[in-house]
Amino acid sequence: MATYKPVVVQAIPKLGERITQDTLYWRGYKTPVQIKEFGAVNKIDFSPVSPYNYAVTASSRIHIYGRYSQEPIKTFSRFKDAAYCATYRDDGNLLVAGSEEGSIRLFDLSGRAPLRQFDGPTKAVHVVGFLSDKYRIFSGGDDYSSNLWDIPSGTEIVSYNEHTDYVRCGCASKVNADVFITGSYDHTVKLFDARTEGSVMTIEHGHPVESVLLFPSGGLLVSAGGRYVKVWDVLKGGQLLVSLKNHHKTVTCLCLNSSGQRLLSGSLDRHVKVYSTTSYKVVHSFNYATSILSLALSPEDETIVVGMTNGVLNVKHRKPEERKENSQNKRQPAYRTYVKGRTYVPKQEDFCVSKPVKHVLRKYDKMLKSFQSSKALDAVLEPPIRLYTPEVTVAVMQELHRRGTLRSALAGRDEKQINLLLTFVARRVIEPRFTPVLVTVADMITDIYQPVVGQSAVVDRQFVKLQEAIGKEIDYQEELLEVLGMMDTLFATFTKKTATYVEEKKSNGLTETIETNMNN
Amino acid sequence: MVAPAALRVVRCGGSSFHGARAVFSADSKQVGPGPGPGPGYLLCASGDFVKMYSVATEETLRLMGGHADLVTGIQLNPHNHVQLYSSSLDGTIKLWDFMDGIPIKTFTVGSKLLALYALASFEDSVFVVIPKRGERATFQLVSVKLTKAAGQDLEAKELSVVLDGVDASPKSIAFGREGEYVASVKEIDLQVYFFKQKQLNRFSVSAAKTKSGNNQFTCIACHPTEDCIATGHADGKIRIWRNFYHKKEYIYSTLHWHHDTVMDLAFSVEGDSLLSGGVESVLVLWHNQSECEKDFLPRLGSPIEYISMASDGTLCCTLHTDNRITIINSNLRFARSIQGLIKSADIKTGLVVDPRTKALVLNGEPGHLQFYCLQSDQQLFSLDIVQRQYIHQAGLNQADLVKVAFSARGKWLATVEEREEVTDPELQLKLWFYDEEAQSFKLNTRINMPHEDQITDLCFRDMDELEDDSVILVTTGRDRVFKVWVIVEDTDPEAQQSVSWSCDFIGSYHNYQATNCCFSEDGSLLAVSFEETVTVWDSVTWDLKCTFCHPPGKIRNICFGRLTCSKYLIGVSDDGFLCCWNLLSCALEWSAHLNILVLQPDPLSEYIAAVSWLSKESSLFVFKPNEPRPIYIQRNLCREKIQLAAFIPRDEPETVGSEKYLWLRRSQLFFLTDTQELMTLSTKSLQERLTPASKQLAVEESLPVTPFSLLLGKHRRQQSQDDIDLGKLFVRNKCEQDSPAVKELLHTPAHVLPSASFLCPIFINSLLISKENKSAEEVADEVEMESEKPEDDSDEERDVTEMEQENTSPLELFGEMTCKLPKSQEKELRKIRKVDYSWISAF
Repeated sequence: MATYKPVVVQAIPKLGERITQDTLYWRGYKTPVQIKEFGAVNKIDFSPVSPYNYAVTASSRIHIYGRYSQEPIKTFSRFKDAAYCATYRDDGNLLVAGSEEGSIRLFDLSGRAPLRQFDGPTKAVHVVGFLSDKYRIFSGGDDYSSNLWDIPSGTEIVSYNEHTDYVRCGCASKVNADVFITGSYDHTVKLFDARTEGSVMTIEHGHPVESVLLFPSGGLLVSAGGRYVKVWDVLKGGQLLVSLKNHHKTVTCLCLNSSGQRLLSGSLDRHVKVYSTTSYKVVHSFNYATSILSLALSPEDETIVVGMTNGVLNVKHRKPEERKENSQNKRQPAYRTYVKGRTYVPKQEDFCVSKPVKHVLRKYDKMLKSFQSSKALDAVLEPPIRLYTPEVTVAVMQELHRRGTLRSALAGRDEKQINLLLTFVARRVIEPRFTPVLVTVADMITDIYQPVVGQSAVVDRQFVKLQEAIGKEIDYQEELLEVLGMMDTLFATFTKKTATYVEEKKSNGLTETIETNMNN
Repeated sequence: MVAPAALRVVRCGGSSFHGARAVFSADSKQVGPGPGPGPGYLLCASGDFVKMYSVATEETLRLMGGHADLVTGIQLNPHNHVQLYSSSLDGTIKLWDFMDGIPIKTFTVGSKLLALYALASFEDSVFVVIPKRGERATFQLVSVKLTKAAGQDLEAKELSVVLDGVDASPKSIAFGREGEYVASVKEIDLQVYFFKQKQLNRFSVSAAKTKSGNNQFTCIACHPTEDCIATGHADGKIRIWRNFYHKKEYIYSTLHWHHDTVMDLAFSVEGDSLLSGGVESVLVLWHNQSECEKDFLPRLGSPIEYISMASDGTLCCTLHTDNRITIINSNLRFARSIQGLIKSADIKTGLVVDPRTKALVLNGEPGHLQFYCLQSDQQLFSLDIVQRQYIHQAGLNQADLVKVAFSARGKWLATVEEREEVTDPELQLKLWFYDEEAQSFKLNTRINMPHEDQITDLCFRDMDELEDDSVILVTTGRDRVFKVWVIVEDTDPEAQQSVSWSCDFIGSYHNYQATNCCFSEDGSLLAVSFEETVTVWDSVTWDLKCTFCHPPGKIRNICFGRLTCSKYLIGVSDDGFLCCWNLLSCALEWSAHLNILVLQPDPLSEYIAAVSWLSKESSLFVFKPNEPRPIYIQRNLCREKIQLAAFIPRDEPETVGSEKYLWLRRSQLFFLTDTQELMTLSTKSLQERLTPASKQLAVEESLPVTPFSLLLGKHRRQQSQDDIDLGKLFVRNKCEQDSPAVKELLHTPAHVLPSASFLCPIFINSLLISKENKSAEEVADEVEMESEKPEDDSDEERDVTEMEQENTSPLELFGEMTCKLPKSQEKELRKIRKVDYSWISAF
């Protein structure tokens, strides 16, 4: 014997953004804190040790911010011109920064004056960083060179002059203390080994390289330049793994999250995109007010800090995990009665007797079960259902229509209820998923209440509104049909060409792969 | 083994139960197999047969055939509870011993019998309804004296008319308490005849037609202990009549709940409550015949046709219009249901075979898909496709299932449901995935309005290789296109790999309606018929390859040839032509002028069955596409129009004597007629097909189960199995259980038996003796297990495996020995005969 089957509410797949685990995760940030800097923020770096302060390089200053402070807790401002690329050492004690005048300065976080100053480059040094042995510094500048410096002696160890344009980004390997990479505006990324004379590997990015990144494992290399983010397999000799083109302006910065599962890229098009590093698909995207120059993510993804071209620093903190302690407290007295034995996990030899599940019917289902059509319709015309889940209302209307009782359910209503019904119909009838049903409903309402038209001003106004809505929709549909006709004629003329077009594309793809192979 | 007899058309299921009320066997005397008291068996009329079901297990225990026409009434013999009267349209009353399934006596009355009533108070006569001589559509209730003469076939000519002008329905007559009076209803008249007073009272209700229908009588029931009659009316009212001795001062009260015709009424055994049922498929229990006290058992699935009570009142059962029997407890709880082939109003899905269970799949309950097992004549399960509450009300247009298709291995199921309506037709294509864990189909994708108009056909690409995600579904629609659906994986990278279906290609041809589609065996070609034209498409690029037509006929059905005939495409046009096109030369190979209704290719061979309908008879043609001459023709298959047919693969190839029937070797042809009777073609006789299984069951069913019998019975059963398996070889073994030692042990009264310690060795010894024997049993079991495995490989392979078995173990062959004895096996037999069995004589 069958039980009562509840009304099936048609779920329509939602267009646009799909809610995934990622969207939930990345949406879990509070409203951003905006901090105004003196100039474009070109670098943000988080201290690798607790309490995870971060250094912001903007104009001629380096500000150190605490986790929740909106005022800098420390400032290094001994630069004559712009400072660049303030970067923490692994232990969080030292900070190095390049500058426009060409000197590289090493700061102690507790002191104010620089510990060391490396002079040598004649032009601006845009990128500096520590190698993973902590005692050497690499740098790259506008004099096309990549240099390596020794901290204890404060001298240059080696200088590579292989790039043919400005060196604007770089990164040190965390695995090998001798390896670092630099990216340059000459469209290449070069991998250097401090033990050798020249570069070990050259990767052709195809656009001026704005940012490079090595995965913690050291096996994968990410380069950003132009509109592209490209991932390369270093261990396979720099083979292109994937090329991502999700921004529509130059990509300026790259960042990995703490787990290494997600790659973030910021761009001048005001977006930060989050990629999965397994599938390299965009899983989430952030919008910002202006073009993004720098981006950093704190350990445990607690904070996202984004620097803009207009000098605004945008700081987002993660919302604290919500704990439902309150509800727990409420249930405590009943715990023994209701939760007793629920946590018991049956053993393998236990014979489980499951309690029949009690299905709780919604109110409208209860009414439909007992064939009370009017009451069922009343139940779904209540505000929460009518306003937030109109599909339920429409599903019940359809069910009533199917049972042949829709007319009697609609009939015999007073002014207020008709007003309500008509408002709902006029508002929703133009939604394609509801149109078939609501047209029938509108038809019936006009049929039933035709004799009383003119007796109530409120109802009359609603009828006019309905008419307007339908009229507008018809005009709209006509226009759409016109467009469709135009498109059809266009497509008809194109049909013969498509075949050759496809072939062309294929050949292009082939040459591309050949090119990359040659480059490697 | 099989004589080259002519093929017989055998009915194998789906007969209607609508002949008569079902009857519970009397209780108490026999021990029911189920726990607790209650009737053990349920008997009901099913077409020309009387079927006996076990109430406990829902199994069909016995099929009693002998009537030549529809059985119209069955009644237990009120003087002997193991006997049953049955009446039939062929004019005979048969008396059965239903425990053994033997007809005891046949009484020939001579005219059509429309209903049968047997009463305890009438010693040697029964009442039947017969048509009145010389008048059409007038019936009378007569009592028939059943002579006690010896002999099987007897004439019963002693008829005396009791009531004239009664209704033909068995529900319109009821006998009052202890047979004092009989009440009959017809249209708006109620007649009550008192036997003792020989007085006839007539009452009538006003013929006024109300809004909800007229108030004609539909059924009647009499109170078992009081003078009280309940009548059901077409407008849903129930009237309770009392004091009807008086022509004028009778009184009646009305009970009204049903909104449509009351189909049947029944009083409980004590008479304190009344059961009623109707189109609403709700069983209503009225307490004390009062309007306010009633209980309901709703949603029984389909309109209730008959209600019957067990004589001890513990159970009642309802027969439904869709051939289902529902057994209900006395406290109005649903107990179980017996369902064979569920009859649905219109089988739109066609006959489809589930590749997994080999069950026949077709429309069942409204909105459900039934999986019907042919072997056991039982419904395996019913899959709810529409998933909406079905309202049992006349004139409602509700969504129903119209098309079904399975993928080659049964992993995917595609269903189409539609609700025809002028303003907003609803159409849904649903794709179901077989969940191995849950062992049932789960909804994967639902597509609203896949086509703008009705879907005319759908098919999966049948790839016999491992089914990966390359499964393709094609649907054709009246909206002049066909659509190709493919599986796509979800784009969300983090979600668990889930798949759904989406449209891949839409094809059309000169704006004609697409009517049929079919994939070639290897899946490389798709044939779609567009009205008069058959188009052939490449299934990879979706290019139109070629077209065929046979004007002016529109194409009714198409199919590709298989195996050796895969280069042919067969088409049937509605102007009566069967055409065979060659796909290599793109030319018409041959054509025949036949009005083919059903075209069904055998999935396992190249044979194709076609059923034609010509001048009131259906004929069957079986042919191979490569030769225009049919291999087999059966004219006059049956009188009814055959709507659907299906080939069901056999578990193992049958040995067919004649070359003419070679097409029946791999699979069996089933077809469904207009009246929804399932038929098949068989070379075996009916007895061969039915008796062995049912007989064995009955024996076991009737045995009382005690711990001791369990101990011994198991032993004995194995023994008997051995006997069957080994033929006469081990006949001598039988004496083992009859041996004096065991006999003495069992038959000596307990108080004279020696001590247990003394008896123990003897008894143990008797068991030990059979130890050697047991090893043989085990082997026999193994053989059985092996034969249960599906063997769909060819016969040659089978022979090879047999040879192998011979080499490994000679004993394994015993199972097959009865069938045929080649020389090598005979040698083995002789060897076994030489084995010393003298140990048996120890007892």
